[in-house]
Amino acid sequence: MNEMSNPKMDAKKRYSAGVLKYAQMGYWEPDYTPKDTDVIALFRITPQDGVDAIEAAAAVAGESSTATWTVVWTDRLTACDKYRAKAYRVDPVPNASGEYFAYIAYDLDLFEPGSIANLTASIIGNVFGFKPLKALRLEDMRLPVAYVKTFQGPATGIVVERERLNVYGRPLLGATVKPKLGLSGRNYGRVVYEALKGGLDFTKDDENINSQPFMHWRDRFLYCMEAVNRASAATGEVKGTYLNVTAGTMEQMYERANFAKDLGSVIVMIDLVIGYTAIQSMAKWARDNDMILHLHRAGHSTYTRQRSHGVSFRVIAKWMRLAGVDHLHAGTVVGKLEGDPATTKGYYDIFREERNPMALENGIFFDQDWASLNKMMPVASGGIHAGQMHQLLTYLGEDVVLQFGGGTIGHPHGIQAGATANRVALEAMVFARNAGRDIWNEGEDILRDAAKTCTPLQQALDTWKDVSFNYASTDAPDFAPTPEVSM
Amino acid sequence: MKLRQGQFSFLPDLSDDDIRVQAQYAIDNGWAVSVEYSDDPHPRNTYWEMWGHPMFDNPDAAAVVFEVNECRKEHGGKYIRVIAFDASPGWESIRMSFIVNRPATEPGFRLVRQEAEGRVVRYTIESYATREPEGLRYA
Repeated sequence: MNEMSNPKMDAKKRYSAGVLKYAQMGYWEPDYTPKDTDVIALFRITPQDGVDAIEAAAAVAGESSTATWTVVWTDRLTACDKYRAKAYRVDPVPNASGEYFAYIAYDLDLFEPGSIANLTASIIGNVFGFKPLKALRLEDMRLPVAYVKTFQGPATGIVVERERLNVYGRPLLGATVKPKLGLSGRNYGRVVYEALKGGLDFTKDDENINSQPFMHWRDRFLYCMEAVNRASAATGEVKGTYLNVTAGTMEQMYERANFAKDLGSVIVMIDLVIGYTAIQSMAKWARDNDMILHLHRAGHSTYTRQRSHGVSFRVIAKWMRLAGVDHLHAGTVVGKLEGDPATTKGYYDIFREERNPMALENGIFFDQDWASLNKMMPVASGGIHAGQMHQLLTYLGEDVVLQFGGGTIGHPHGIQAGATANRVALEAMVFARNAGRDIWNEGEDILRDAAKTCTPLQQALDTWKDVSFNYASTDAPDFAPTPEVSM
Repeated sequence: MKLRQGQFSFLPDLSDDDIRVQAQYAIDNGWAVSVEYSDDPHPRNTYWEMWGHPMFDNPDAAAVVFEVNECRKEHGGKYIRVIAFDASPGWESIRMSFIVNRPATEPGFRLVRQEAEGRVVRYTIESYATREPEGLRYA
């Protein structure tokens, strides 16, 4: 440990051929103060038995920046002190034996401007398979303003999306068309029409609706736009349906997106599995073509869900705000999918705020300034229904798309009735909140009163009154709310 | 057909007291409340006529209700909406919008289809009311 606490070595000794500890190679600098322009990553590291935590942190810094397993003399042809990432702080994780939080700073010149692919190739490139670690999780990142400004950011943003849709003062409403697979284009458009006419703003393709034998993409787009326009004429509102343009190649995605634009769609959709570069390309296309861009986070739980290994969704959210999508799923708290309230609040803040102050109780480890990048609209989807409206509005606020799939299409009196129930419940709850009522405690009364003049809402409340999903969360914050946490 | 624009169009029509309560919420948030009217309810008709300027520095929603009723005296046969503007950085746009007055009958919209190349259809939404010149609609 003596060498580690005093890591600077004589250069000749440092660069003689052989193998050194990463900490000795200069990847551990406990006195380092991160520069305002540094990228900072916070990793949760679980070293193998017998591996020192500081050496493990230094190894992560090394393997995610300049190091290889042995000393190379060619380091001395470079300003290697600058390019080495620096682990500068290692803390034990509260109540988690064997786990440590490692803070690592990276010089801005390690990264190509405006490229998530380049950022991630470094930060999560090789290091996650590194043998001396049992597990590794990227918990959070601080992205300096100088770096944030090299990205386009959300193509449209919450404010302009609302201006284009002419919808203010309430959450947006959506539904995913179900069944997600098997409907023909004609039948699919029926669901879209009924849901939009009934009161939703959006309907949505599911993540795996692309172009299959039962419904090729052009058919879906044509029938959906008939449905969107019919519903718009029936209500006098701007309506949209997220046409999923995910495909096997960029050329096909551009072709589909351009067709959606030609048909007058206000929004297109992509899946996270298309990859970061494809997402950035589609974000640029969306900005160039006045299109709202919805991102479905298909696949994220493979690496976001487990607490000890992978990448936290809060980091994915930050990357996606840089990459430039407008909508991204972020959890419901009360629905069927993973989401503890405090952690989910952290995600929502990353999507919607100008600036995120450090909030350990929400899993946010750094102050993050978004430098006027547009805001992303969070999407809450998965096992939610009208009877939870007071909880949804309390937890998620106003700038959110609430998506009731089963909670619209599964209504006993049809899709229009399901949509109307959701819209009436939503408007009644917003009205009550604005009027100063305590919606958290009076929510059920407010819904019951609204249902007196809306039979579909009464039917929805009767159908789903006992449905809730109360399971323990696998990903909760490590810190309870405390007034003082030193950095 | 009931025009569904605005944040409360699926609720029963708002009373003057409802309007006051909602306008007061906007005022208490520091937003400037404005009254607008139109006889062209097309979903993409962004610019309704302004009934005066947004009421900056007005602390009392009773003044909003007063202006809504003044507007009704002249334009009671048209749509009237209340809008709240938020000037804070990062928003600088509308925060609330709700309809407070409707024509006695709402004829709705015609969907015009133009068959184009292949199976593509070009859609146009046309308000039946706007077939008449301005001022003669909803008469």
